[in-house]
Amino acid sequence: MTANLYERARFRISGDRSILAVYGTGVDQAVNDKVRRIATLIVNQKPAGIDAAVPSYCTLSIHYNPMKTDFSELRDILWSLENDLNKADIPEPLTIDIPVCYGEEFGPDIDFVAQHNGISVDDVIQIHTCSAYHIFAIGFAPGFCYLGGLDPRLHAPRLETPRVRVAAGSVGIAGAQTGVYPLASPGGWRLIGRTPLRLFAPERPHPILYQAGDKIRFRSVSSDEFHHISRIENP
Amino acid sequence: MTDALHILSPGSYTTVQDMGRFHAYHMGVPVSGSLDDFAHRIANWLVGNSQDSAVLEMSMIGAKFDVICETDMAVTGARMNLRVNGSPCPGWTSIRVQSGDLVELSTVENGCRAYLAVTGGIDVPLVMGSRSTYVGGQLGGLKGRILLSEDILRRGEGRLLSKPRSLPWFPIYPENIFVRAIPGPHDDFFRNHLDRFFASNFTVTAQSNRMGCRLAGPEILRDTDAPQSIISEPIVPGNVQVPADGQPIVLLKEQTIGGYTNIATVISPDIFRMAQAGPGDTIQFIHVTLDEAHKIYRDWMRFLHEIEELLTL
Repeated sequence: MTANLYERARFRISGDRSILAVYGTGVDQAVNDKVRRIATLIVNQKPAGIDAAVPSYCTLSIHYNPMKTDFSELRDILWSLENDLNKADIPEPLTIDIPVCYGEEFGPDIDFVAQHNGISVDDVIQIHTCSAYHIFAIGFAPGFCYLGGLDPRLHAPRLETPRVRVAAGSVGIAGAQTGVYPLASPGGWRLIGRTPLRLFAPERPHPILYQAGDKIRFRSVSSDEFHHISRIENP
Repeated sequence: MTDALHILSPGSYTTVQDMGRFHAYHMGVPVSGSLDDFAHRIANWLVGNSQDSAVLEMSMIGAKFDVICETDMAVTGARMNLRVNGSPCPGWTSIRVQSGDLVELSTVENGCRAYLAVTGGIDVPLVMGSRSTYVGGQLGGLKGRILLSEDILRRGEGRLLSKPRSLPWFPIYPENIFVRAIPGPHDDFFRNHLDRFFASNFTVTAQSNRMGCRLAGPEILRDTDAPQSIISEPIVPGNVQVPADGQPIVLLKEQTIGGYTNIATVISPDIFRMAQAGPGDTIQFIHVTLDEAHKIYRDWMRFLHEIEELLTL
């Protein structure tokens, strides 16, 4: 058990229809894994009165129906779920493979990231693809992952002037963070590549490929492979 | 399903909305839906729809359109002058319109957002369980965007009313708005300024939108010993976020996660009052406890049920 984990959940009132259950502090995989496990138990057990459970770094937001339950009942339910954490029906986190074409027109800032850190472009690709990144939370934009664990040799400042439009699938670095833009949007991250996968596809039964608590790993692909996958993704 | 409306002029910010997209927060997709869920429900009940049918939400400036096929129609929420073929018609009441009729809504005269329902509901594809438009995510509604001139909107199946319906009264939206709020989730970061927050008047600024209602007023500052920032947490509609500049933002329906502290949360039965707050209106927050809020919620649900029964007799 890490020092960041609370002994049991602490609660914050967030309006008349939701509470925040807080399981610890910091950017900590053990805390985040507990959030993921409790969220999974809620999805599986569907306790009466709970409409949704939204995970983040240390916190689970519980949306509830005040006609069916109340704060003290929810608190007891959530505390008792902590006793069920070792149940076999909680799957281990998935690791999702994300193909990325690095550099070229897809990653216009990869040279900057390399020079900023005194390494080669090949080093940037090798370092970026060698670890699995923990998804601490999903939000800000549909399908956008808050990822942890970027190697310090790849840290790079944001652009001074954000781009007006960043293409969907762009992979970037901002400070100590790396991430993927699921949708085209304005953005200030240093772009090092692009994935041909549609990371947010609202018309599909599963609009995103992962959930908070899973891991993603980037894999370097050629531009030929990029275009091949892109054609499958966008028929 | 049949073509129903031909948009001649969309107004300033008109979108298709239903009650919202409730099961996608964990994918980073916010609830969306009509900001004024009270006016939304009444518009639907007035034309014989279920409350969750999709309607048009029009902000500040109303739309102008041709009717393509006969329908009942009702406009609720903010007061915009409504004309059918040039003749004034009342809001909060059902109106039968025919193919070829010209419907015009003016700039808003009271409130901020008006709602227009038609028989069978506005028919756009269900996306992740809802017809609501989320412009930021380019999804839902009509092609994930605000309406444009020359758009054609379809409507669902539905029976025309056997007799007109109207609400015997209708709300007037005051310029000085009181909304009830529960302290938290981060009230313990604001021990010194919590009283000031509940005692002050704030003015709605023009930067407000469906994501949040931005306020200007006395600075609300975190305690000097409180942490400077929090790790991003899920947020809900009604959270009153206070960034470092001390100017609160009441979060509405287009955000799922935030990294700022929330001093208090507007209770869900009062969110519609925020939806009708326009630039220059003032907001005062009234402190309620969670128990008081739950009693208000139950009374509000009962009240809505009574209105539904009254209108659908």
